[in-house]
Amino acid sequence: MKQLATFSVDGRFLGVDVARVREVLRPQELTRVPLAPPQIAGLINLRGEIVTAFDLRVTLGRVLRGRDERPMNVVVTTEHGPVSMLVDDVSDVLHVDENAIERPPSTLRGSARGLILGAYKLEGRLLLELDLDAVIANTSPWGIDAEVDDR
Amino acid sequence: MPGEMDEIVAEFLVESYESLDRLDRDLLALERDPHSREVLASTFRTMHTIKGTCGFLGFAKLERIAHAAENLLAGLRDGSLSITPQTAGVLLATGDVLRLILRQIETNGTDGEDDHDALVEDLGKLRGAPTGARPSAPPAAEARPPATQPAPAGPGRRFGFRGAVIDTTVRVDVNVLDRLMTLVGELVLARNQLAALASDRTDPSLASAAQSVDRITAELQEGVMKTRLQPIRTAWATLPRVARDLAVALDKRVRIETDGDDTELDRSIIEAIKDPLTHIVRNAVDHGIEGPEARIAAGKPEEGVVLVRAYHEGGQVTIEVADDGAGIDLNAVRAKAVELASVTPEQAKRMSEREAIDLLFLPGFSTADHVTTVSGRGVGMDVVRTNIERVGGSIDLSSSRGVGTTFKIRIPLTLAIIPVLIATSRDERFAIPQATLLELVDVVTGSIEILHEVPVYRLRDRLLPVVSLARELQLGGDDEGSSAGRFLVVLQADDRRFGLLVDGLSDPSEIVVKPLGPHLHGLEAFAGATILGDGRVGLILDVVGLAARAGVVGDVHERLDAERTDDPPEDVQALLVFADAAGGRMAVPLDLVDRLEEFPRAVVERSGLDLALPYGDRILPLVPLHELLVERRRAPRHAGEDMPAELQVLVHRRGEDLVGLVVGRIIDIVEQPLELQPAGRPGVTGTMFVQGRITEILDLPGLLEMREERRRLDISASAGAAS
Repeated sequence: MKQLATFSVDGRFLGVDVARVREVLRPQELTRVPLAPPQIAGLINLRGEIVTAFDLRVTLGRVLRGRDERPMNVVVTTEHGPVSMLVDDVSDVLHVDENAIERPPSTLRGSARGLILGAYKLEGRLLLELDLDAVIANTSPWGIDAEVDDR
Repeated sequence: MPGEMDEIVAEFLVESYESLDRLDRDLLALERDPHSREVLASTFRTMHTIKGTCGFLGFAKLERIAHAAENLLAGLRDGSLSITPQTAGVLLATGDVLRLILRQIETNGTDGEDDHDALVEDLGKLRGAPTGARPSAPPAAEARPPATQPAPAGPGRRFGFRGAVIDTTVRVDVNVLDRLMTLVGELVLARNQLAALASDRTDPSLASAAQSVDRITAELQEGVMKTRLQPIRTAWATLPRVARDLAVALDKRVRIETDGDDTELDRSIIEAIKDPLTHIVRNAVDHGIEGPEARIAAGKPEEGVVLVRAYHEGGQVTIEVADDGAGIDLNAVRAKAVELASVTPEQAKRMSEREAIDLLFLPGFSTADHVTTVSGRGVGMDVVRTNIERVGGSIDLSSSRGVGTTFKIRIPLTLAIIPVLIATSRDERFAIPQATLLELVDVVTGSIEILHEVPVYRLRDRLLPVVSLARELQLGGDDEGSSAGRFLVVLQADDRRFGLLVDGLSDPSEIVVKPLGPHLHGLEAFAGATILGDGRVGLILDVVGLAARAGVVGDVHERLDAERTDDPPEDVQALLVFADAAGGRMAVPLDLVDRLEEFPRAVVERSGLDLALPYGDRILPLVPLHELLVERRRAPRHAGEDMPAELQVLVHRRGEDLVGLVVGRIIDIVEQPLELQPAGRPGVTGTMFVQGRITEILDLPGLLEMREERRRLDISASAGAAS
């Protein structure tokens, strides 16, 4: 069994290994970084530590966040220190059976496919496990452009 | 000097004790896993370092043993020997003997009388054994007792062990210092908040408490920062020796000169640049400096010089390694790149100098015909670059055939508290390191001109390239639209100056520099980030990077310089002195004047408000001087009606166009340094004494610009009135 911390981004249900999650924060003041790649939403102050925030709406979403929609921060650990993932909503920690993982649905196309480790079929919906390191290393935003609906 | 020597010896002792401890651990690890290349390499490096340093410090006996051990370890590392319990035993014994000698150095400053011949012999025997064969057990077994025997195990000596050195220094994990630094940074923030709170209330005891906190924080901050700083000479202390040995081996004569030895750098950065620096110096001696005959033939002194210098610049530390050698043969580099199939011959041919130099940093790139036994042992410039970039620095090299090669390493300030000025642009805040700041100018609307398609500002007598922060960072918005209350921050990047146009400025403050995550390393415009007083993150501008991005460095300035090449040295300026119609003395720099002409009034043609005359195959528009100077401007009811019979005209070139400036009388051309007093009116750069009389130096391009502006307004006003 494996525990995934789950959240949603643009209607998609996503999860990451709970061991990688350091904390979850309410919407934070973001300082945007001019000239940075679009998936980097900005920097947040995490108790004196400066943390880069990645907007998963840019990386995975089809619709950008509106101005007054304030994202939640899922702070995860990486080999280069903590990084925040901006998501729409945070849900529970779910237990999944590692053996039940399926390949990313064929409806996922473009580089988004490379950002998903696999899918778990839950009751009524699909939980996609995010490949955090791939998301952070991903240099091509809008990777999901050509994607069709996966529901 | 003796004090400095003691310091170096003390550091050597501390480091060597530590190295020997590591050697013990490594040797034990090797007994378990005899083939770990990593550990084998580590043992070799450890011994190599000890040998190198004690050679440098003149401890010959110590060096002899370390040398013998190093040779043995080299064989192990290369795989020509394999480690056996006997080898490990002798090596461990060697470590013990070395400790003994270190102790001796610590007590009386010498490495003792005992030559330790038996040990050296054992080490040699082990190495001399046939490849891969086990060394015969007896000599190794014998080696141990004689080697350890000299260790006097008296209780008193044991306590004296490491005493003097350890008492005054504590080795602290850098991570602990990092943590302290972070905490101090947070304390600085908390103090700022406390100060704000205290100023809102009228409680005197709160105010005094806040003041104490303020003072203590400042001292604590300074103290913690100091613990992390080391003079850069610790990174290059071994360079003279390295260069000397190498030069001797190559039959060359080379001298190392250093400058800025006391430039302080963060400890971790010093560690990180040690190896790259050594590598670059080796390269300079090996490939850069020519042999004595070649140098004499080239008219250079027989002895080559490698200058290593460090200095603070633009909020960074710059380290330069410059040799006066032969320079880099870029054609050879291109040819080599083609040979290595890194590029095609066509690409090589098209390559600019810059791009060709970049080839040197390709992994595995080495001009193989140059590789000698001493440098180029598989560590290339790519590794040097990687190591420097790992600490957020950059490396650059310039080379001139026959004159020499200069490496420039720039190391950013990480983990330091620096004074900055917070500037705003489009409501976003950016920290500008004070170290780069020259002055602040409150910019008057319209005073930024375009010269050769580059915005410039006339700061006193100099043209200053202007970089708009909002435009450079693509913050959106329109510069022209918001010209009210703007500031020019005059900055120094490398040896160039430029003005950074910002919307607002706030008080100077001190901030804790934090590095940007690796995801943002490609952004040359930022040196790092910080937490501002209100708890939000602010970006720190990298002035050099920003200038490079904006093309200021080496672009605008070259053009500006080109305009100035005619200037005589020492800022002496040729001035054309003339009088206006009322007899007031004025002057313009002569280089703004294309020609001096005299025309009879009769040839002047009028068209409405404009005056012009045929000039060669074109029309020369005329501008009477009084029309330029606002307060002397009269209603031009009949243009040119008050002109004398003979017109004195300065022909001035504005881009493609010519303009004739009608002056009262040409007086003289003088050459003298510009020593301007500030001027009280627009369009005048300043006033100064010329030939003993007060003379106004006109800002001719500025005046013409202003005139055009007025005329545009006039025309639009009259157009508006007409409709």
